[in-house]
Amino acid sequence: MTARIQLPAKAKKGEVVEIRVLIQHPMETGYRHDDVGHLIKRNVINVLSCRYNGVEVFRADLSSGIAANPYVQFYTVADKSGELEFYWIDDEGQQGSERQSIQVGA
Amino acid sequence: MRRRQFLAGVAALPAAALAQVDPLDPLVWVVTNGAPVKQGKVTVELPQLADNGNSVPIRITVDSPMTEADHVKSIHLYSEKNPVRNMANFYLGPRAGKAEVNSRVRLAGSQKVTAVAKLSDGSFWYDTASIVVTLSACLDES
Repeated sequence: MTARIQLPAKAKKGEVVEIRVLIQHPMETGYRHDDVGHLIKRNVINVLSCRYNGVEVFRADLSSGIAANPYVQFYTVADKSGELEFYWIDDEGQQGSERQSIQVGA
Repeated sequence: MRRRQFLAGVAALPAAALAQVDPLDPLVWVVTNGAPVKQGKVTVELPQLADNGNSVPIRITVDSPMTEADHVKSIHLYSEKNPVRNMANFYLGPRAGKAEVNSRVRLAGSQKVTAVAKLSDGSFWYDTASIVVTLSACLDES
């Protein structure tokens, strides 16, 4: 699973930064049928979590009500230079993670 | 009953009767544990019309200073007509800085979308937005 995560590389201390996450995933609803009429099993990303230097700052429980290739945009306060770690898991147990570093200046 | 009291009562009725969040809805109950859900503070932004329900941009904002003492704990998103009505839950905290979440949802038909926010003081707030979906997200064949 590939993902595109956008956040500013540099920020001032205390600044609210925007984080945009776009994950490549079909988000199969479990209500569709394939060509021979079999139901396609549900496979959606259940959990998406963002940790900032090890502390969870955002978490989302997603369902089949979220569009394919889920996009989530949220905010966090830049307090220290470090790493933002993104983690997600789908119904089939496939996990994905991504790391991005942020430089926080005075 | 005096006429003035009666009129005031009648005027107050529709607001309560038309409350769009049913606190007894089991999906809402799981979150609120029966606490009242008031309208306000939350804003749900959806386009008025979507040609295709497969991907509809949505923005949820909550009027909150997002400090340690007063912040949004979670935002719960409900659809009126989707087979899975609880579309998403977002968990925020004082570290979020700004109580706003953007995403894209799937909608099965024209409906109302509701967001319920849980604040750190234990109160619950909601807002709804209506949308007309021309082609709903497919439930059967694609």
